[in-house]
Amino acid sequence: MPLWWPLVLASLLFAIGVYGVLVRRNAVLVLMGVELMLNAVNINLVAFDAYFREVLHGGQTLALFVIVIAAAEIGLALAIVLRVFRTHGHIEVDALRELADRDEAPTPERQDAR
Amino acid sequence: MSIVNAIFVLLALVAVGSALLVVTTRNMVHAALWLVVTLGAIAGVYLLLAAEFLAWVQVLIYVGAVVVLLLFALMLTRAPTGPQPDLNRGRIIPAAFVAGLVAVLLVTTVVAGFSDVRLDLQQSVVGSATLTGSTVFQTWVLPFEVLSVLLLAALIGAIVLSRGDDRR
Repeated sequence: MPLWWPLVLASLLFAIGVYGVLVRRNAVLVLMGVELMLNAVNINLVAFDAYFREVLHGGQTLALFVIVIAAAEIGLALAIVLRVFRTHGHIEVDALRELADRDEAPTPERQDAR
Repeated sequence: MSIVNAIFVLLALVAVGSALLVVTTRNMVHAALWLVVTLGAIAGVYLLLAAEFLAWVQVLIYVGAVVVLLLFALMLTRAPTGPQPDLNRGRIIPAAFVAGLVAVLLVTTVVAGFSDVRLDLQQSVVGSATLTGSTVFQTWVLPFEVLSVLLLAALIGAIVLSRGDDRR
């Protein structure tokens, strides 16, 4: 098997994940795109582990660690999503604009800080 | 084409097709279920690439835990089960342009860099549970411990975040 086959698969999955993160409005669906991107990276790690065949198995071990970090990330992110749903009643990422830049006149303190 | 290559192409087609359905389907629960198909196909790819233990970890953690967590989140946020017309933003074309650019960039890079390299899977050492366990607990024991602290922090953070406002 040529090495670039799994790498191309990983690239396509990563691009699909990017598309999902950019296009979805629901926060849970955005998280699914993030999961796709993390899995694409894992395929890369495993493919290069199979290519280098080193004794430490760094690629597979690092992929294992990425899976653990992804599990921690999804747990925290879903806690935040549920919190947002409790306070706002929806999880549309487009509508959550409390922290956005506004066109209001800057306060005097901000001008002094500048 | 050997049987391994044929299985790989099949799994890759399943993974990419169901991943496309994850990001394009109009039904949220279906998106989570197509994610199961994608992750299962990726577990099969791990098996082909001699990462046996990692494949089962993928099935256990991703298919077992993460997707169930996503389904729970969809349920708790009262996601409608029917098809939804407005799941995507009105920015499909720019998003598809950026994603296509990412795909073209990555694919040309890896093909240009590794087009003449072959994977010799016959001689690769299978990453069994024994081998992975010994490497994790010998060479990689310090990152493993750091990771356990990270998991503890994530656990506490999730509990604190989801506890609510009862304590002021």
